[in-house]
Amino acid sequence: MSFDVIYHNAKICKFAHLYNDMTLKEARDLFPVLSTKVYGKPLVYLDNAATAQRPESVVRVWEESVRSGNANLHRAVHKLAADATAQYENARVAVKEFLNASSPEEIVFTSGATASINLVAFSFGEAFVKKGDEVIVSVAEHHSNIVPWQMMCERKKAVLKVLETDENGLLQPERLEILISHKTKIVAISHISNVLGLVNPVRELVAISHKYGVPVLIDGAQGIVHETVDVQDIDCDFYAFSGHKLYAATGTGVLYGKKKWLDAMPPYMGGGEMIDTVRFSGTTYAKSPARFEAGTQNINAVPTLVPAIEFVNACRKSPEIAAEQKAIVEYVLDALSKDPRIKLYGVPRRTEEKIPLFSITVEGAHHEDLALLLDKMGIAVRSGQMCAEPLMDHSGVTGMLRASFATYNTLEEAKYFIECLNKAINMLV
Amino acid sequence: MTLEEKKQEIVEEFSMYDEWLDKYEYLIELGKGMEAFPEEKKTEDRLIKGCQSRVWLDCEERDGRLWFTADSDAIITRGIISLLIGVYSGRTPEEIAGDDFGFLEEIGLRENLSPTRANGLVSMIETIKAKATDSSLRSE
Repeated sequence: MSFDVIYHNAKICKFAHLYNDMTLKEARDLFPVLSTKVYGKPLVYLDNAATAQRPESVVRVWEESVRSGNANLHRAVHKLAADATAQYENARVAVKEFLNASSPEEIVFTSGATASINLVAFSFGEAFVKKGDEVIVSVAEHHSNIVPWQMMCERKKAVLKVLETDENGLLQPERLEILISHKTKIVAISHISNVLGLVNPVRELVAISHKYGVPVLIDGAQGIVHETVDVQDIDCDFYAFSGHKLYAATGTGVLYGKKKWLDAMPPYMGGGEMIDTVRFSGTTYAKSPARFEAGTQNINAVPTLVPAIEFVNACRKSPEIAAEQKAIVEYVLDALSKDPRIKLYGVPRRTEEKIPLFSITVEGAHHEDLALLLDKMGIAVRSGQMCAEPLMDHSGVTGMLRASFATYNTLEEAKYFIECLNKAINMLV
Repeated sequence: MTLEEKKQEIVEEFSMYDEWLDKYEYLIELGKGMEAFPEEKKTEDRLIKGCQSRVWLDCEERDGRLWFTADSDAIITRGIISLLIGVYSGRTPEEIAGDDFGFLEEIGLRENLSPTRANGLVSMIETIKAKATDSSLRSE
């Protein structure tokens, strides 16, 4: 199977005409849910860091794949299988281009960022980690970038070491350098914390780590959504993300891995398609990425990564959307910092360090009460520990309230959020 | 007031508010007005599992009746438990064990809570029921 499939978006994307100079309104119109109401109030969806909504182009590709393009990949010679395989491999090429990876063979499809990290924790651990070795994660990680490493360390009798953030919530290369030792086998850190919303200096963190010959995995679940990612420029060894936060179908995930690592790692799961030859005397494995894609893949959902990436690229090219995103960050940062009752976690030194994701606590008001009241005003936000219990403990709180914006959110919605937040605080305090 | 009358009273009070936000305002007032729970009673064994916010429930038996006190770190949750305590505190174990807690559906509280909140509500109800069942077994 050749990976040099031509990446032709025109065939599957019915919205291509909108992608030239896309306006904010045109972007919003691709998401019918954004014009619905909850409790009689217009829906303001600010839980995008949990999952984004899907544009019509994604829904259409998904639907068409199920309705008229469904066949299993790579195995059969019939027309439907050939088309399904082409769609699936197109998505691989699209992701390769999106990340600027060296080749499609460095792109492994998984079920999500969690699965991608588990894959590396297991397979890298099997190949390279032994008793007494060390693995570094940061205190600001999502559970998905902590627990797989804990499990691997337990299995391998290795030691998990924790990188603290600086007082603002950023990871600092100097601190990482102090923590790295000759026993360190891998560093696993987030591009952007799902609680703090600050863009970590990943390029510098990777450089420091590489100075000591230690590979780096980046959890890009939030990073891929808000930053332009060039894996060759960052020079990370692994980059993991989920499709569903990037406007693609649920159950799609990506693991980028440098070829030299992927080829040296044993498979995570055994099964169909990941083999070279199978004999009872012993089985040999296929090369990456097939080696890591055992069993029937998410054949109908993976192709949705193509229109999702097109949508993201169009948003990034749109001056109006870029300006609105910047205005949201500035407005919300200003409003939150002016209110002495509110504590914001992840305060940037410069606005460019901050994505439109804001986690707060309010003196005298429980995060869950706030979320419940905001819900009744039509605003969807997240409350609780946000799968980052160590960071909550570290911050000395039982939970936070988080509002996370996507490219389709408006400054008007940000203003409504602040107005309603004030109203909710006044009701509670 | 009998258990039925008390429940009816709450259903009527809730029906006065059309907007959900007003119903929550009412719950917040109930929560704020609830008697403080001594800090030393906030122990692990009184903590109800399954709530996003922390809820402590204490139960005492006097003259064949159950008396509940409770607290939470979230004010709307305090309002909800205040509502439950107002209905069930001072009832006999048999009355509570035999009740279906259906009035909560009637006022729409269960559907209008987030799933984690609703689970918390179920946990609260189950804890109250368990206290009643324990106690009715003991008195036999």
